[in-house]
Amino acid sequence: MTFTIPIDNGDALKNAEADSQRTLYPYVTGTSIVAIKYKDGVLMASDMGGSYGSTLRYKNIERVKAIGKHSLLGASGEISDFQEILRYLDELVLNDNMWDDGNSLGPKEVHNYLTRVMYNRRNKFNPLWNTLVLGGVKNGESYLGMVSMIGVSFEDNHVATGFGNHLARPILRDEWRADLSFEDGVKLLEKCMRVLLYRDRSAINKLQIAKITEEGVTVSQPYSLKTFWEFQAFHNPTAGAQGSW
Amino acid sequence: MTKQHANWSPYDNNGGTCVAIAGSDYCVIAADTRMSTGYSILSRDYSKIHKLADKAVLSSSGFQADVKALQKVLKSRHLVYQHQHNKQMSCPAMAQLLSNTLYFKRFFPYYAFNVLGGLDEEGKGCVFTYDAVGSYEKVGYSAQGSGSTLIMPFLDNQLKSPSPLLLPAQDAITPLSEPEAVDLVKTVFASATERDIYTGDKLEIMILKADGIRTEVMELRKD
Repeated sequence: MTFTIPIDNGDALKNAEADSQRTLYPYVTGTSIVAIKYKDGVLMASDMGGSYGSTLRYKNIERVKAIGKHSLLGASGEISDFQEILRYLDELVLNDNMWDDGNSLGPKEVHNYLTRVMYNRRNKFNPLWNTLVLGGVKNGESYLGMVSMIGVSFEDNHVATGFGNHLARPILRDEWRADLSFEDGVKLLEKCMRVLLYRDRSAINKLQIAKITEEGVTVSQPYSLKTFWEFQAFHNPTAGAQGSW
Repeated sequence: MTKQHANWSPYDNNGGTCVAIAGSDYCVIAADTRMSTGYSILSRDYSKIHKLADKAVLSSSGFQADVKALQKVLKSRHLVYQHQHNKQMSCPAMAQLLSNTLYFKRFFPYYAFNVLGGLDEEGKGCVFTYDAVGSYEKVGYSAQGSGSTLIMPFLDNQLKSPSPLLLPAQDAITPLSEPEAVDLVKTVFASATERDIYTGDKLEIMILKADGIRTEVMELRKD
């Protein structure tokens, strides 16, 4: 009679093999996501960069994806973990469709599901290294929320991850209004993304803005923002302080 | 190979302060609505007060992911209780359940600092105060969270708690009227907001009485 000793590889705290399987630090990362509610729904902006430490390794990564009929998911942090989350959500949406009962998962439900997934992974000491932004519209109600890698979640009229929280959020607190038109919303997001371009080392000048309304999802084609680098102070920067270097 | 140490922490402190005061026929539970992480504000409008049962309201500060999970566990246990006993849980019963739930995770605690407020079986106000691993006590008033050290001494001064050493035991239910208690709560939060960076934005106050729950909101400093 032979026994196989079950090794529970799910618990990252117990054995040495499991140790090498859990996330210790992120490798390929996406930077900020900025999102706002506007008159008809939610707008979400992200750049298309994937950094490998300080190297800009990938320049065509879509970090905002549609989920089901009613939601948009944006992710910053480890790209491979984001792809894993998309696989989880694929299965969730598939099972929801298989009921064929006319119901569909709304943004609140998806946000709750993601919060539980992130929290449970944190409990097992094997986190998905992402900060996720979940936005959507269902039955006329707009929804926008965020979940961090340890499971902290909340909803608000505007959210931003990573550097966006420090640089974009203050702009949004000052200039966001509930009745923003689509054009004004895009202008506001572009203002935030421009600041991030100037000041976030891992940001690149290739962004996409995604829109979700009751009608559905549209993701823009990638485009770049106009930037200005001709500030006088940066011309001949050593003018005021000559020195050997 | 030496055991690797994680370079991330499973805990975070999202800040905020919670206060509860028990009266002869009411209970006041209050908390600010600011949610922070490090030196950033995540939300200015996040409620830390959760109604668990008709006569038991929980207010928790600390790590909000743990608070949410704790709240879900208690809500689900309460639903089972209602199915099995055909009645709502009383506040003292919920108090014991919360203590047991917290101790259950004694070796990977819920980083939650709780104040449970409500009405006991006789209709008198009651407040239970907890630490992160479930040690609890029935008191007349309590403050937990980032501003608790600023608020508790002031409540001790104003609510003149009788010494717990006296015999026969005297409870610390305040003789203040409900409007006076609500006013006191507003005063302590305005003061705590001045000096605690994690307290501010808005104050949410829930007043529990035999006939129902009333909610009041007051603006606090946003800096």
